[in-house]
Amino acid sequence: MRLRNVWISTLGLALAATIVACGGNKEASSTSTPEAGTTPAGQKVDPATAGDVKGTVTVDGAVPKNEPIKMNADPVCAKANSTPQFQETYMVGSDGKSLANVFVYVKDGLGNYVFDTPTTPATIDQKSCRYHPHVFGIRVGQPLEIINSDGTLHNIHAMPKINAEFNTGQPIQGMKTMHTFDKKEVMVPFKCDVHGWMNAYAGVMDNPYYAVTGDDGSFELKDLPPGTYTIEAWQEKLGPMTQTVTLGAKDTKEVNFTFKAGASTTN
Amino acid sequence: MGRQRDGEDASVATFPASPGRHALLHRFAKFVAACTVLLILAGSLVTSNDAGLSVPDWPTSYGWSMFTFPPSMWVANILYEHGHRLIASSVGFLTIILAVWLWMVEPRRWMRLLGVAALGAVVAQGVLGGLTVLFFLPPAISTAHAGLAEIFFCITIAIALFTSPDWIRGYDSDTGAVDDRTLRAVATTTTILIYAQLLIGATMRHTGAGLAIPDFPLMFGHLVPDHWDPKIAVHFAHRVGAAIVTIGIVATAAHVWYHHPGRRELTRPAALLVALVATQITLGALTVLSRRAVWINSLHVVCGALVLTTSLVLTLRTWRIRFGALVNVRPTPGGVRLQPELRPNAHTPRAHA
Repeated sequence: MRLRNVWISTLGLALAATIVACGGNKEASSTSTPEAGTTPAGQKVDPATAGDVKGTVTVDGAVPKNEPIKMNADPVCAKANSTPQFQETYMVGSDGKSLANVFVYVKDGLGNYVFDTPTTPATIDQKSCRYHPHVFGIRVGQPLEIINSDGTLHNIHAMPKINAEFNTGQPIQGMKTMHTFDKKEVMVPFKCDVHGWMNAYAGVMDNPYYAVTGDDGSFELKDLPPGTYTIEAWQEKLGPMTQTVTLGAKDTKEVNFTFKAGASTTN
Repeated sequence: MGRQRDGEDASVATFPASPGRHALLHRFAKFVAACTVLLILAGSLVTSNDAGLSVPDWPTSYGWSMFTFPPSMWVANILYEHGHRLIASSVGFLTIILAVWLWMVEPRRWMRLLGVAALGAVVAQGVLGGLTVLFFLPPAISTAHAGLAEIFFCITIAIALFTSPDWIRGYDSDTGAVDDRTLRAVATTTTILIYAQLLIGATMRHTGAGLAIPDFPLMFGHLVPDHWDPKIAVHFAHRVGAAIVTIGIVATAAHVWYHHPGRRELTRPAALLVALVATQITLGALTVLSRRAVWINSLHVVCGALVLTTSLVLTLRTWRIRFGALVNVRPTPGGVRLQPELRPNAHTPRAHA
């Protein structure tokens, strides 16, 4: 009888431990992602002494022509794009030099500063069978809203090397999906496996100092605290390029990048 | 029914008991094998179009059941991936029928088991296909999927061969099947080499090494690459493998033509094998030179499978004499007669020996 009681007690304990363990896992997974809007302990940037880094990104020499795209495999895409379509590999301005869609960010030098995680989602939209934007930045823990504005199916397939890979189908027009990245990673490629020409890149950052160059190749990193920083400019075909800049209190410095046209990489 | 129970003390049974029905089984087996060629083509088109993840879920398709997924949504690369899934399901269904049919009418126990093996292979193949989608095309699983596809195709071809009247009859009622130990060794080795070569090709394909060596016939302008990385090594191994396989095929064909010129069951697959390997080398070269043009690349995969199975047919025919120990055949007006399988691998004298 006593032995039976021991067995029953052991089984009960094992059952309770299993339930607790399962519940515990859930809790652990929900806290593993930084909660939006919370501020971890650490040094914060003083706006009174912060300065800016501005600059432009250009390319020296003639870049290859962007590859043409045939969209006739999907009538919806073909209808939405009646003019000849090309890849967005090189977005060179009308001056033949300025380079758009370059991701510029503070790679190193921020030390122990901490920053609030934005609660406003970054957005990537699948519209007219293209990703909008083609290059963008997002913070670790910030929600990413993925939208399908097209009347056709898309799958959004992120192929990070540090974060978790995901592949989500969005068969219905207007569908929205949310995703967050847990770790810093520059850059995370995206592709649509349905429409092979659709690709995009996200820089997942642990600080707010990043920008994507506009049509004129310009960028601006605002409210940087005084210090010495490594600034990197990343272009999807030409790869990364870095420079060092030292910023005093309320300083504004100009940093310009010039890529060599023939120096393409397989990034 | 011509089926005899193992160990049954039967004397001589008519095989097949119903020649018409068995001929129908043979035709059906050939049909399944032909559908498998179509399936391999569909699979190669998925890879060539980089469409493997265009349907991100499995076994569903964008949340729909595979069979109710609206055709209006089969656009762009989805057409290849979803089409591959549908053809695979159809081949799976046909394989169930084939396995059940074999189980019901085949007197040869190993043939019934071969039907079960075909069914097991196609189920495993489906699971591997699903896993490779769910895990974002890991090269190991994708390569295993490709390798098992070849094995399944070989099984369907073998079933079609083993149910053929010529095989059952022993090919020549006067002289019997060819008994040539050297040919058996050369043909078997060649078939194994071809399969190994296909595995290297699948590895190359699923690790993105198809253009790791961008020129042909030279390699980076040299006879041997002047620099190396894992992809170049895999690609180089595939080219070396092609040379070795070609030597094996030429050796097999030469042996057949020299020693058995009158045996059509050997000369025909030997000739076909030489033609196919020539086509295959041409397609391989064109795959590189065309920068992996979709249809050339895909036909290279299909042709590789045909090289393998043609070599398999030739090889199995060289082994036919050994199967004679299991089926002792005599031509009869209603078909052929055989002794049932009393003991696996038992060596009984051939009827015409």
